[in-house]
Amino acid sequence: MELIQANNITKIYTRGSEKIHALNNASFSVNKGDIVCVIGQSGSGKTTLVNVLGCLDNPSSGSLTIDGKEVFKTGLSLSESELTHVRRRFFGYVFQKFFLIPTLTVKENILLPAVFQKKYKANEENLDPIMEMLDIAKRKEHLPSQLSGGEMQRVAIARALINNPSVLIADEPTGNLDSKRSGEIKDLIVNLNKEHGITVILVTHNTDLAKIGNRTLELTDGVLRQ
Amino acid sequence: MNIFQVSYKNLLRRRLRTMFTIIGIMLSAWVLVTLLGFNKGYENSLNENIENMGFQVVLTAKGCPYEAATLMLKGGTGLRYMPENMVKDVAGKPEIANAAPMLMHAVFDPNKGESGGTTVFLGVDPNTYPSMKPYLKFNNEKGAWFSDKAKEVVLGFEAAELEQREVGDLMMLPGSEDEYTVTGVLSRTGTQDDGMIFLPLKTAQSAFKKEGELTMLGMRLNQDVDASAFEEELYKLPDVQVVSMAQVKNTIMSLVSSAKVIVLSIAFIAFLIAMFGVLNTVLMSVFERYQEIGILKSMGALPKDIFKMILIETTLLCSIGGVLGILFSFLFSGISEMAIRYFLPFAPQGALIAIDTKTVIFSFISITAIGIIGGVYPSLRAANIRPLDSIRSE
Repeated sequence: MELIQANNITKIYTRGSEKIHALNNASFSVNKGDIVCVIGQSGSGKTTLVNVLGCLDNPSSGSLTIDGKEVFKTGLSLSESELTHVRRRFFGYVFQKFFLIPTLTVKENILLPAVFQKKYKANEENLDPIMEMLDIAKRKEHLPSQLSGGEMQRVAIARALINNPSVLIADEPTGNLDSKRSGEIKDLIVNLNKEHGITVILVTHNTDLAKIGNRTLELTDGVLRQ
Repeated sequence: MNIFQVSYKNLLRRRLRTMFTIIGIMLSAWVLVTLLGFNKGYENSLNENIENMGFQVVLTAKGCPYEAATLMLKGGTGLRYMPENMVKDVAGKPEIANAAPMLMHAVFDPNKGESGGTTVFLGVDPNTYPSMKPYLKFNNEKGAWFSDKAKEVVLGFEAAELEQREVGDLMMLPGSEDEYTVTGVLSRTGTQDDGMIFLPLKTAQSAFKKEGELTMLGMRLNQDVDASAFEEELYKLPDVQVVSMAQVKNTIMSLVSSAKVIVLSIAFIAFLIAMFGVLNTVLMSVFERYQEIGILKSMGALPKDIFKMILIETTLLCSIGGVLGILFSFLFSGISEMAIRYFLPFAPQGALIAIDTKTVIFSFISITAIGIIGGVYPSLRAANIRPLDSIRSE
């Protein structure tokens, strides 16, 4: 079942008088339950692509449909608040850096998106199963400074999952981890997809990690090859 | 967990910075409450001092009116004298309900205090003076006013403490071999009377070699008398100065009003310091958390959520600082008052800093409001951070 449909997505940045085509007419679709890996050299447009897909940015042209609803089309861009509402509904994000709040415990960090979405009570019920699944239950009351890098990334993944997103967007999730911890995160993503049916869009340089995808999108200078 | 707790925990991140900001706000609140309390207390004390003089009009020897006012309030030096017989004519006028002739004498005593001090003696008529000042009470049952012409004294509360005398004790006047019996010690009044040594008018005139002379005549008028018209009549007398309580009050209050403007200007500066302190701290904290705020927005925080979070942090800083500042102003009002008295030796008796509920509420609301105003700009900056920019800066 088609979850995301992108048609002729183009993103142009302006740097002084120069126009940079970060994405050129990218068209593709993502089905429910896919693991889509986005690969390419630095500066090829990978992050721009997932930013547009994840409604962190408006495309310059093209259209984007998520779960049957058209969220962007040429000539129509969404305000910051409108983008936030789309993100709240569909996406969870994991970044290379963990961005955990140092004064909040693991539990509080994970539940932070629920605080902003006013779903704290409802999502508190999700907390224990997610923490069990990510093997961080014992660390519930610990502060981020008491965790290893791998554990911190697990907490960041748990935080991305707490609001039951349809799609997990992971941008270089293993970029800050050693090979052992990277392997653990890779297994975890596969498990989330296989056992819980979460659709994953994964941006990576790591060729080993890229192998887990059932589809691969390769970008070269903003041009997409499937 | 709610957004309030998130904001509170954010403040714990840089504890030292949070602490210093709170101290800054606390100091501003402390200054504000103390200055407003001083404004009120000074005016109250001055009013009370003037009311407690017991006289409506005072006649003194001709001289500077401010000197006369000081003499009335503080028992000043550089005294001038007027003939007693001239005053007797005035005292007999029908407009006057009561008239108290007085002879003031000030003696510098090198052994008083650390660097010497002035002892002020006041010769009064025991038949008229006490009835003009009904608030003068003896601090024990044995106390009583002296009889006319007797070699007796009544001590003000502080004078008795300084001289270390009780009722029945004997004491000598400077330059005199005669012994005087203490017939009473007055309770504390918070006025200039506390430091005074009272003795019968005739005795004082004789002891200080001022027979037939007075320093002043205090008068209370009958109720239906037109005070201004009566004062006009007194102005016709040669070589005397007429000082009405209303005049003194108006003169001093106009001086106090000028001081008030200065005090309120300082309070305003304290306000501005607090505001810019908060603005600087919160803005710095927003810049430091630039990426983190962007990530919060990517996780579903709306601009208004971020605005609220930062504004709650500001409000917490200001209200904690405000409460501490108010507590400090209460705790250290004694020290502040001592400092004010050190710099303003002629400040009126009584509490100089009067902090009431209205001052506390006004100060708390003002310092919190001004802090929040200082927090609006950083909150807006934070609310407008785009998640994309923060991810790019990663």
